Amino acid sequence: MNKPCSTQDRSDRSPVGVEVSGLSKKYGNQTVLRNVSLSIVPGEIFVIMGPSGSGKSVLLRQIAGLDTPTAGTVRINGLDPMNPETRDRFALALVFQAGALFNSLSVYDNLALYPLEHRLCPKKDIRDRVMRALKILSLENAAKKFPSELSGGMKKRVAIARALVMEPQLLLYDEPTSELDPVMSATISEIIATLKNEFQVTTIVVSHDRDLALTIGDRVAILMKGELRTVSTAAELRQVTDPEVVDFLNPKIDLKNPRYQKLEAL
Amino acid sequence: MKQFNSVFEGLGSAVTLAYRSFASLPNAPRIIKRVVEQAYLGGYSTLPIVSILSFFIGAVLALQSGISLQNFGAKQLIGTLVGESLVRELGPLMVSILLAGRVASATTAELASMKVYQEVDALVTMNIPPERFLVLPRLLAVLVYMPILTIVGIVIGWFGGAVVCEYVSFIGVDAEQYFHSLTQFLTITKVIDGLIKSEIFGFTIILIACNTGLRTKGGPREIGYAVTRSVVLSLITILILDYFITKALA
Repeated sequence: MNKPCSTQDRSDRSPVGVEVSGLSKKYGNQTVLRNVSLSIVPGEIFVIMGPSGSGKSVLLRQIAGLDTPTAGTVRINGLDPMNPETRDRFALALVFQAGALFNSLSVYDNLALYPLEHRLCPKKDIRDRVMRALKILSLENAAKKFPSELSGGMKKRVAIARALVMEPQLLLYDEPTSELDPVMSATISEIIATLKNEFQVTTIVVSHDRDLALTIGDRVAILMKGELRTVSTAAELRQVTDPEVVDFLNPKIDLKNPRYQKLEAL
Repeated sequence: MKQFNSVFEGLGSAVTLAYRSFASLPNAPRIIKRVVEQAYLGGYSTLPIVSILSFFIGAVLALQSGISLQNFGAKQLIGTLVGESLVRELGPLMVSILLAGRVASATTAELASMKVYQEVDALVTMNIPPERFLVLPRLLAVLVYMPILTIVGIVIGWFGGAVVCEYVSFIGVDAEQYFHSLTQFLTITKVIDGLIKSEIFGFTIILIACNTGLRTKGGPREIGYAVTRSVVLSLITILILDYFITKALA
């Protein structure tokens, strides 16, 4: 199949919708996701928030087709994401929490791997495509470096650039701002919003970052103990009355809290 | 029972891995560069240690057989004994043991760390099958370099034996007699049998290494366990296989 090589050529490719129905996931006796159902509209930024261990990343892996559900289904424009043909058709890209860059390859080779392996276009065009992605992420000077030579923020940006080279219709981010300072977190949030606007890509972000969720998310889902508590816009989220969700969204450091006093006694 | 199940699970997953890897054989032209790279890493860089080890195995074999055969007045057969032992058994086996210790351990460590640090997941989301990208180049490379390493090992082992015969006075067989006796009973069939063995051993070792690496779950500690498991499993498997292949080729 001869695929277009530049972002401009792919303007005919519209963003995709994601449908999750009754999704459950168990690892041994431990239930990580319980009957999660949600619908992600083409072209939106959908943020999945929740405390650590609530099953956010597991849900993202299910959407990416990296894991088989115990029950329920995930469909991308009606197709199963576990099928390689679906991934190929929609160029689904996932930005991993730690970047998951190939350590034995330079930054340039990391980015060029997808178009080279899929023989999308001549090497010169691939070079243009890679350099364009590096430029968008302000990484032109890092092309020859290896992942071990990069800072945490740069690794995240390279991972985003690698996803961008794929010209995806569905872009998934796993904790894109974790372990970053507030300035870099804001930069990454801006990049996510810009990419969505510029390339009309459906974006799903898993994050702890309340500021990111409320600033760039068109809709935000809150996942707790594997259950979906709410799906709402940022404005609606401020009106939510579920005490656990309110506590999660507005954490307070309370030194009179019995938990803290117990620790102090230790 | 649990361990019994895990043996069969491992076997099933190795067979599936081999099948999936060779199913992407039509894409072989695009992985030639990686095959060459793996042949260099696995074959060329193992050559010095294979040479040293084979030389001394040949030397020790000649020395031991010299001492033993002297009692039976059959010293003139030292060459035959060293030649055949190296061609049919010790050459393929020693190269395989080195391969397990050096290449298989490195392969498992690399793939296990790629699995643990989600690089394998990244390949899957990019729709690049790990079997094609990571496993097939290694399997094709071992099929290329294993017979070469074995032949080099065998020939250097023969020379090790020749040096002992030439310079150890009590053996009383010179290098010319040694090579005469070595070539007298050596046939091309025996050499091919040895090379078949080494191909099967090499393929099995790299398959076990890749399979163990790609099945690794958890954190950095599991990478270490995976490497140990891969080397031990490779050694046990080739020794078991050795018996059956020898029987089949006899």
